[in-house]
Amino acid sequence: MSDSLTSYLILSAILFAIGTFGFLARRNAISMLMSIELMLNAVNLSIVAFGAFIPSLGANASVIALIVMAVAAGEATVGLAIVLAIYRNRKTPLVDEYDAMRQ
Amino acid sequence: MPIPETVPILGIKWDDILFGFFGLVLIVSGLLVVTMRDIIRCGLAMIVCFGALAGIYVIVGAPLVAAAQVIVYIGAISVLILFAIMLTENKAAPARLVFQTQAVPAAIAAVVLAIILVLTVSSTDWGAVAERIRNSTEKVALALFGPYVLPFEIVSVLLLAAVVGGVFLAKKEDEDRS
Repeated sequence: MSDSLTSYLILSAILFAIGTFGFLARRNAISMLMSIELMLNAVNLSIVAFGAFIPSLGANASVIALIVMAVAAGEATVGLAIVLAIYRNRKTPLVDEYDAMRQ
Repeated sequence: MPIPETVPILGIKWDDILFGFFGLVLIVSGLLVVTMRDIIRCGLAMIVCFGALAGIYVIVGAPLVAAAQVIVYIGAISVLILFAIMLTENKAAPARLVFQTQAVPAAIAAVVLAIILVLTVSSTDWGAVAERIRNSTEKVALALFGPYVLPFEIVSVLLLAAVVGGVFLAKKEDEDRS
């Protein structure tokens, strides 16, 4: 089981679907950011799995995974700062109460 | 005394058992992250999820990525998210509705997405080899500071920009300027 690429990719697909559900269904903006982190982790898992099973990729996959991690860290920083800035104005972290553009 | 290749009684390889264990922990804690009511517990379940993923990275043969996963995700991003949760949380929040009204269509869409992805990856021939290739840290380092040195530097500039932008967005507005 641990020696086939398909099992890692299936695990990654399930984790990505869980993240998609969380992003679409949760009301809290920080929960949505956590779901995005789950999706990024799923993609990272598939990249590392490809690197371990396809010989022409080799160490490149680990480098790409590290770069994805750094970009995810930057995304989390900016996203949480935006959530905090909105929270200071609207006093709620729930996204369905951010309706200033609709009124 | 060397550890035997397979588990003594069951006859399964150690890697398979560890992969099953970490995969189960990963999926269960991922589901807890998106379904639990108390968002602080969601953040703690996310830490468990990242830890299980680090274990899977070790099994697949990428130890440097596993170490970076523990340092960056568990050490930095989870703490950042927990801080943001505690800054935006009020007492009434856990008692209120967790999901939006579109939760059921979202669940259907996620299940359909998972089924499509699983069917696709299991029916595609990826040209994979039957044995895992161990990517040693030395090879990763040579690739990172050889052909990938320009993306590495660009990522460092991106991180600096993200830090400056995050501080700028999160700091309080001046009273006289607003």
